[in-house]
Amino acid sequence: MDWQTLTAALFPQGAVITETHQVLTGEGTVDGGTVAVVGTTGHVPIGVETALAQARFILQTVREHPGRPILILVDTQGQRLRHRDEMLGINGYMAHLGKCVELARRSGHRIVALVYDQALSGGFITSGLMADACYALPEATIRVMGLPAMARITKVPEERLTELAVDNPVFAPGPENYLRMGGIEEIWRGDLAAALVQALQRASDGDVRSALGLARGGRGLAQRVVDAIVTGRDALSP
Amino acid sequence: MISYLESSYLEATARERLQRLFDPGSFQEFLPPSARVVSPHLGQLNAPVAFDDGVAVGRAQLAGRTVFVAAQEGGFMGGAVGEVHGAKLVGMLRRAIDEAPDAVLLLLETGGVRLHEANAGLIAVSEVMRAVLDVRAAGIPVIALVGGANGCFGGMGIVARCTNAIVMSEEGRLAMSGPEVIETASGVEEFDARDRALVWRTTGGKHRYLLGDAQALVADSIDAFRAAALAQIDAASSRPVALTLAALEAEHALLTDRYERFGHVREPMELWRAIGVTDPEALPLMEADVFVERVDAVRLGAR
Repeated sequence: MDWQTLTAALFPQGAVITETHQVLTGEGTVDGGTVAVVGTTGHVPIGVETALAQARFILQTVREHPGRPILILVDTQGQRLRHRDEMLGINGYMAHLGKCVELARRSGHRIVALVYDQALSGGFITSGLMADACYALPEATIRVMGLPAMARITKVPEERLTELAVDNPVFAPGPENYLRMGGIEEIWRGDLAAALVQALQRASDGDVRSALGLARGGRGLAQRVVDAIVTGRDALSP
Repeated sequence: MISYLESSYLEATARERLQRLFDPGSFQEFLPPSARVVSPHLGQLNAPVAFDDGVAVGRAQLAGRTVFVAAQEGGFMGGAVGEVHGAKLVGMLRRAIDEAPDAVLLLLETGGVRLHEANAGLIAVSEVMRAVLDVRAAGIPVIALVGGANGCFGGMGIVARCTNAIVMSEEGRLAMSGPEVIETASGVEEFDARDRALVWRTTGGKHRYLLGDAQALVADSIDAFRAAALAQIDAASSRPVALTLAALEAEHALLTDRYERFGHVREPMELWRAIGVTDPEALPLMEADVFVERVDAVRLGAR
């Protein structure tokens, strides 16, 4: 879905959003209130300037519109793979973006993210995965890396990975797997505007993704490991 | 007399670093290898497992200060983060908030997300990132040490830059995508991964120190890392530990300035010259202490 169609569906009461170098910024109206909108489009690789532009908008929102909810729209093929970006310290630029989202959360802004097309790796960790809750459209693809590159690095034959990617939650790119592992809160079907209203009304209760992953059967160990360590036990709960 | 191998941070394993960096015998491990909690995902790929899943976490003393610590083992899957590995980091960080130690030290040596656990690893790294920021919000400084042979890459390179300070050796490397990944995706003319000197100039400790991304640059010795970690813990008390709007606006200005001034530069040595290093060719061969003295007046973002 292109971002114009998407935002029209999300904001039937109106939205003013602009695209600049594949970065989206603007605002939309929900229940008479204003929601700040930031994100990317066109599967753009996140380079240093892409991260900076989004961070600038979030800092400006924190400074000028205290408490205004923020919607992050995710469509990226991941971090940009260039020597220049690495030389400039792209990991620091992406961390900066993530920290700006965290500052907004701590300053009382509700943060909702929506993967409406692609989400990959570093570009996702510092955007959608930093939200209070990250949602996805059913047709979204979410992954760490393409299977050919993954096969090269892990030395696992690509045929084996392709086989696993069909229905193994750890390798398959569909949003249902991220839902089961707790990384995605919910998959939005049908009335997107109503889904957004609901998401904005929910209270933020910290990072509960590993608990969700356990409850939904997608990640059986993460929460039990965390619990064992926090409570000082040397064995996992059954 | 301590031999080079006994004191080298680069050559030491994660557990040797824990033994030698902290006060003798003070490291108490949480969920130790005897608990035998292994990755639930590696078996289906016939990959070996480790009883600590490549990371040791716990509590230790550093010159009398109580610190919480994690040490990643580069020898197991390059220190990469899977479901259990990530959860051990998160568990330690959440327990730190409960027990309020003087600091948290992250001895990072990692390729980032463990691709064998793909989706689970990606969420795990995100949880580590959030947990580090939660620790800082509780007023506990987090310090990253980067000096292992595998460097600190991928999502964990992002996590490193979410800490209060980074201590690196010149041999340490800190970046997002590894040179091989970039060469594969964008061609050898974009980044020649076999050009070790270029890799070092682009991702190594001296370059990161010059940019201000690392707050301390030390020689490759466990003693030097220990002294620098202590200094960073003490320095952390003189500024806000948690994120603030003012600090992030200052960081934003620094990063914007860096992009505008050097976004067109192709070669790190050109960047060093542009910030005022008169003899950039000489930097790679300098001992750490000589280097620090030479560049301290010109390095960016000293904070």
